[in-house]
Amino acid sequence: MSQQQMVTVDGNEAAAYVAHMTNEVIAIYPITPSSNMGEWADEWSSLGVKNLWGTVPDVIEMQSEAGAAGAIHGALQGGSLSTTFTASQGLLLMIPNMYKIAGELTPTVFHVSARSLAAQGLSIFGDHSDVMACRSTGYAMFCSGSVQEVMDFSLIAQAATLESRIPFLHFFDGFRTSHEVSKIDRLSQDTIRAMIDEEQVKAHRARALNPDHPIVRGTSQNPDVYFQGRETVNPYYAKLPGIVQAQMDQFAKLTGRQYQLFEYVGAPDAERVIMLMGSGIGAAQEAVEHLVAHGEKVGMVKVRLYRPFDLSAFLSVLPSTATKIAVLDRCKEPGANGEPMYKDTVSALAEAFSDGRIAHMPRIIGGRYGLSSKEFTPAMVKAIFDELTKEQPKNGFTIGIIDDVSHTNLEWDASFRPDANAGVTNCVFYGLGSDGTVSANKNSIKIIAEGTPNYGQGYFEYDSKKAGAMTVSHLRFGPKPINSTYLIGENEASFVACHQPTFITRFNLLEKAKEGATFLLNSQTPANKVWNDLPRELQQTMIDKKIKFYVVDAYGIAEQTKMGRRINTIMQTCFFAISGVLPRDEAITEIKKAVEKTYGKKGQHLLERNYAAIDASIAGLYPVEVPAQVTSTHARPPVVPDHATDFVKRVTSILIEGRGNQLPVSLMPADGTWPTATALYEKRNLALQLPKWEDDICTHCGKCPMVCPHAAIRSKVYPAELAANAPPNFQHVPIKGKDFPEGYHVTYQVAPDDCTGCGICVEVCPIRDRKDPNRKALNMVPAEERHDLEQPNWDFFLTLPEYDRTKLDAGKIKHAMMMQPLFEFSGACVGCGETPYVKLATQLFGDRMLIANATGCSSIYGGNLPTTPYATDPNGRGPTWSNSLFEDNAEFALGMRLAIDKQCEQAREYLVKLADKIGQNLVDGLLNADQSTEVGIFEQRERVAALKQKLATLGDSIDVHVLEATCEQLVKRSVWAVGGDGWAYDIGYGGVDHVLSTGRNVNLLVLDTEVYSNTGGQTSKATPMGAVAKFSAGGKATFKKDLAMMAMAYETVYVAQVAFGSKDVQTLRAFIEAESYDGPSVLLCYSPCIAHGADLSNNLRQQDMAVNSGHWPLFRYDPRKVDRGEHPLHIDSKAPNIPYRDYIYSEHRFNVLNRINPAAAERFLRLSQKHVDTRFSLYEHLADLAVQKAEPKG
Amino acid sequence: MDLTTDYLGLTLKNPLVPSASPLSKSVEMAKQLEDAGASAIIMYSLFEEAITAESEGTARFQLQQSTGFAEADDGFLPNFQDYSTGLEQYLNHVRQLKEALDIPVIASLNGVTAGGWVQHAKELEQAGADAIELNVYYIAADLTQTSSQVEDRYLDLLRTLKAQVSVPLNMKLSPNFSSIGHMVKRLAEAGADGVALFNRFYQPDINTDSLRLQASLHPSTSVEALLAMRWIAILYGRIDDLSLGATGGVHTTDDAIKLLLAGADVVHLCSTLLKKGPQQLAVIHKGLEEWMEQQGFESVSELRGRVSALSVANPAELERANYVNILDSYSFSPGVMV
Repeated sequence: MSQQQMVTVDGNEAAAYVAHMTNEVIAIYPITPSSNMGEWADEWSSLGVKNLWGTVPDVIEMQSEAGAAGAIHGALQGGSLSTTFTASQGLLLMIPNMYKIAGELTPTVFHVSARSLAAQGLSIFGDHSDVMACRSTGYAMFCSGSVQEVMDFSLIAQAATLESRIPFLHFFDGFRTSHEVSKIDRLSQDTIRAMIDEEQVKAHRARALNPDHPIVRGTSQNPDVYFQGRETVNPYYAKLPGIVQAQMDQFAKLTGRQYQLFEYVGAPDAERVIMLMGSGIGAAQEAVEHLVAHGEKVGMVKVRLYRPFDLSAFLSVLPSTATKIAVLDRCKEPGANGEPMYKDTVSALAEAFSDGRIAHMPRIIGGRYGLSSKEFTPAMVKAIFDELTKEQPKNGFTIGIIDDVSHTNLEWDASFRPDANAGVTNCVFYGLGSDGTVSANKNSIKIIAEGTPNYGQGYFEYDSKKAGAMTVSHLRFGPKPINSTYLIGENEASFVACHQPTFITRFNLLEKAKEGATFLLNSQTPANKVWNDLPRELQQTMIDKKIKFYVVDAYGIAEQTKMGRRINTIMQTCFFAISGVLPRDEAITEIKKAVEKTYGKKGQHLLERNYAAIDASIAGLYPVEVPAQVTSTHARPPVVPDHATDFVKRVTSILIEGRGNQLPVSLMPADGTWPTATALYEKRNLALQLPKWEDDICTHCGKCPMVCPHAAIRSKVYPAELAANAPPNFQHVPIKGKDFPEGYHVTYQVAPDDCTGCGICVEVCPIRDRKDPNRKALNMVPAEERHDLEQPNWDFFLTLPEYDRTKLDAGKIKHAMMMQPLFEFSGACVGCGETPYVKLATQLFGDRMLIANATGCSSIYGGNLPTTPYATDPNGRGPTWSNSLFEDNAEFALGMRLAIDKQCEQAREYLVKLADKIGQNLVDGLLNADQSTEVGIFEQRERVAALKQKLATLGDSIDVHVLEATCEQLVKRSVWAVGGDGWAYDIGYGGVDHVLSTGRNVNLLVLDTEVYSNTGGQTSKATPMGAVAKFSAGGKATFKKDLAMMAMAYETVYVAQVAFGSKDVQTLRAFIEAESYDGPSVLLCYSPCIAHGADLSNNLRQQDMAVNSGHWPLFRYDPRKVDRGEHPLHIDSKAPNIPYRDYIYSEHRFNVLNRINPAAAERFLRLSQKHVDTRFSLYEHLADLAVQKAEPKG
Repeated sequence: MDLTTDYLGLTLKNPLVPSASPLSKSVEMAKQLEDAGASAIIMYSLFEEAITAESEGTARFQLQQSTGFAEADDGFLPNFQDYSTGLEQYLNHVRQLKEALDIPVIASLNGVTAGGWVQHAKELEQAGADAIELNVYYIAADLTQTSSQVEDRYLDLLRTLKAQVSVPLNMKLSPNFSSIGHMVKRLAEAGADGVALFNRFYQPDINTDSLRLQASLHPSTSVEALLAMRWIAILYGRIDDLSLGATGGVHTTDDAIKLLLAGADVVHLCSTLLKKGPQQLAVIHKGLEEWMEQQGFESVSELRGRVSALSVANPAELERANYVNILDSYSFSPGVMV
């Protein structure tokens, strides 16, 4: 047996380690939660890490999972060992190739971090919906349930696929296993070597396509032979279970870890047995062992190889005493009489019973659990065993939710704790997403797990927001391997830390604390006063649970030791100082070692700062005496205001509070339809500074609301008398310029709870006080000076009426910004470069806008529960929004367009048909309406209203019904496909291209961040040359794809490339022109992203540099101009006038390449400089070409 | 014909020295310069601000970029193990140049404060640099700061460095001193082995679309050499043991000759080499020889300092927005919580 090497890794890294070691060609595509496997593989290959055969695997990113599967199929046919990693919709895209790969008996292992499928809603979290959709592909389905098993099964699968020629789907639960950090034994290269049979590798290569030994594979077969051909594979499947078991046995010899196709745990004479696979095994085993120890006759079957389902192996482990079996599926198959594994088990036992292999037929029930990473705990397992004691146990049950609609759920006693929990130290940390709490905790696990004989486990809960998100870290430590695959529950934690002071009023922080637990709070309030900061509920809990209370001013220490707002090292030090998991001095030494490992090579002064912070933390940590009485005068404030809608109060507010698990099925919309305009209820109060308006010098240019990523600064113009009842500090002045009536006032108002403090509005403000150049017309001031004062101002501002849109000139920034944003307060990052474009579109067209949103950042900040930023105007109109998939968004939008056009056409037909009854005047008005202006649209709405009134008087006929149902479509609709570059340049490009070719009126809004931002910054075809991103760790070696040029090639597509931070008026014009063009249009919007490695307070400047360096030339291509004899292309920016170097080296994504491969960086720079210069002159030449006037239409 | 000249205590085979520029970033290019006749090479500058900005950027965008968002919590860049800092790369480059070239290699340090970074000078020396040029990019934009405070800053830096290293130190100066001659004299007294006159900075420009500042880079012209020529002419022969280097605006043989006539020990070449390639150095070299022959000069020492007191005014704004940009990019907006 080889020497053990213990490492602390997560499930994804464990799988990637074996996959990279045993393959040569790896085709990848990002999708959560599997992206990290591809990232590891790419990174290792870029560092020259070699595989088992001493060669560096070739890792290639494809345009989609379908592309990755195709590439793998080809690589396998070419004789390489090849693999991929994916999940969810990505796996679905691979299915067609999976049939082929299996049909051709080709060895490969696909590693899948199993994830929910998008149905009534998308979910990135874990369950088996995706893998279960692959049951009939012919892949072997092999499931691991812990981080150690992921590593072990990856190898066993690789060995078995080579021997059996059956491809493997090796899967493990997304997040719960893929992202759980655990201390495991890393397989040595010797072990891997010993498991891989070189003869089988040679055999695989010999089967490859090779012109020296030509064959044909993939023929088209007819009724005469196809069927027989399908049956040829049976012997291979028949042999597979035996091969897998033999490999498991061989593996046991090498490592000491023995696995079986089915494993049984529990009483040998168990009567009640449950069956499941995946991470739920951990929780189930704890329950089973506990119950058996307490004398119950229960047991469990762990399913390892699910397909092929080996009946005899199953029967060999199932106790003959079992009379009742519950089969648990982590998926949902609506309409089926049971989920897949339940049905497989039923048929297996029925077969065994009917052919006499078992004497009695047990009672079998099926149930669903754990969808989308829903908690699955030993208490729930116990509830299932309890159900099995019943005479008539519930079939098709659910566990873990309250189903008050179909009454499927079992009740469970949440206070049940298995014995396994004894001896384990549980710690819970509430952190702010960006404060580094999670990474510090991962580090702490490494310190404890790698520095002591103890085992450690870390699991991390995340928020749905990108800015100001809360993370909850669950850390367990103990002397034995930890298999508790569920969160730390109520009254279990001996240590609770709150890294963010504002959480004390928002969450029930000590729910998980047990009696006598230690509570560490980061607070700027001194230790002798901090008690009174706490709300009454928290004080009471602290008294009741006899909490030991410590406080540290981490922000103060961070500032004093020049750590900025990075408090993770400080809080980590305090954790070790008071939690007692390690002797204090030993722990501090280890933290310093870890710090040196991280920073040592990357900057001496960073290292010194961290050391200083560690020392200052110990000195700044104070115990606080918990008084015997509650003294606080404040309670936790209500989550949503009293005027919120009923739905928001009953559902949304519970989600906001983090108690969504408690919501019953009856409160869920049945079809995934949720109300819009709810982001306004989620007051997050993130800003440390707020903009203050200086109304004496402001020129009312409108630039500040234009650039605000969160619609948190607004302008309104209104009759001055309406301000009579304003709060005393409400600012308003007569509006400048002659565009508005006499006596009208204007206000620029910040929403103090919704502003994130990014400062872009101040950055863009062009006005400075001549007497005091430091004073702009907007200035950032400390939030505490303005917040409480602005709150009533904002509330009052909302009561002011919107200015009449028909009287605004949308082509001017000032006017356009008087239009109400119908996209507000999203969860996008602070300083997001995308959202101002989305907001602008909603201001201009929101009241008649349909949005198809590709999956990505924009669908997350646009549609991630609990709240949605799309809002409504005073008439109740607003953008209506839906997300189909990542890959089909252009088609999805086109479908909406087709539906609207068809209904509109039908309405027009029925108007003609019913003209006599409706009245010719109204019909003519409706049919001939000019809706090219806001006035025209307003008038058409009036006509439609009149039509509806008229129709109501025309009695009951099909004609009337048809017209009633379709007449709203007579008002001009604006159809938008919104998405990022991953969609438009890569996975959705085929659809984008097709939609552009159709000539139909669809507007594509491409928010180009030049990487897959949402999944963590993977390269796309929009990534510029030389930029470092995930999947191109060595710098992207090819130029950015010129999507604009491709679209222009159609000559019938409106195309614009815009950057609001460089030329806002050009952006505005492009949006208006694109929307007014009765054909396809594409707006390519430069969107600085935190992935670029520049602070987003510099968002505007980075856009400007992108434009001035020639990286992002601004232009508009309007096919209508040909009608006037003009060239359709107009260049809106100047020729490159700053060196490309200056632009790229202000962003870390480019800069970093200089540190890893300076020669490549320099070469890429040289090529890129030439490229931007040449491209600009190409565009210029194009724009100068003479144009022949278009033929008259007709 | 004897073209040798003494510079910073080094004997150079001729007075033509490529100054700090991207050309020295490649060993191959440096070799071409040597082959074209360069008598020493001044390396591209190691910037204090760049070193600081780099480690801040690395910390923020590589080591500490968690978001708290489940799909992207590990930050947006791959995790590099093989990472060398700008300083490491620079030192490595000094070693490579020393290995590849026979001519002296002069390292260039760029900074404004006497902070911890000056210890890097010692590392440059250890890496083999024959001399160090100190390039102080300082714009006295603080209206309360006096001229002597500005001057003291230069002197402090020089003294700190002098204490660290034993190789010769050259001060590259801007023309923005109210009494340049006096300043040069003070530097010499504080231990400078030479001065290079004058540095030129990027000029700020205004973008009329965005109403914002942007960096601009305009290559030097021969006209700019005249300012250095006047001051070299004034200083020549008046300060003992101080080398005079002429830098900025040397494009043609004529420019080089004029500066030598004014009294320069060496002329630094930059823009013209960037524009026309290393061969331009050979062209100037040949032109110098031809001119000396025509004029009947046997050696450079014979002609150096023959002419003085030319006078052309050329006020220039100073700018280094290029590097300020990098710094800004890595700092938080004060309004953002974390």
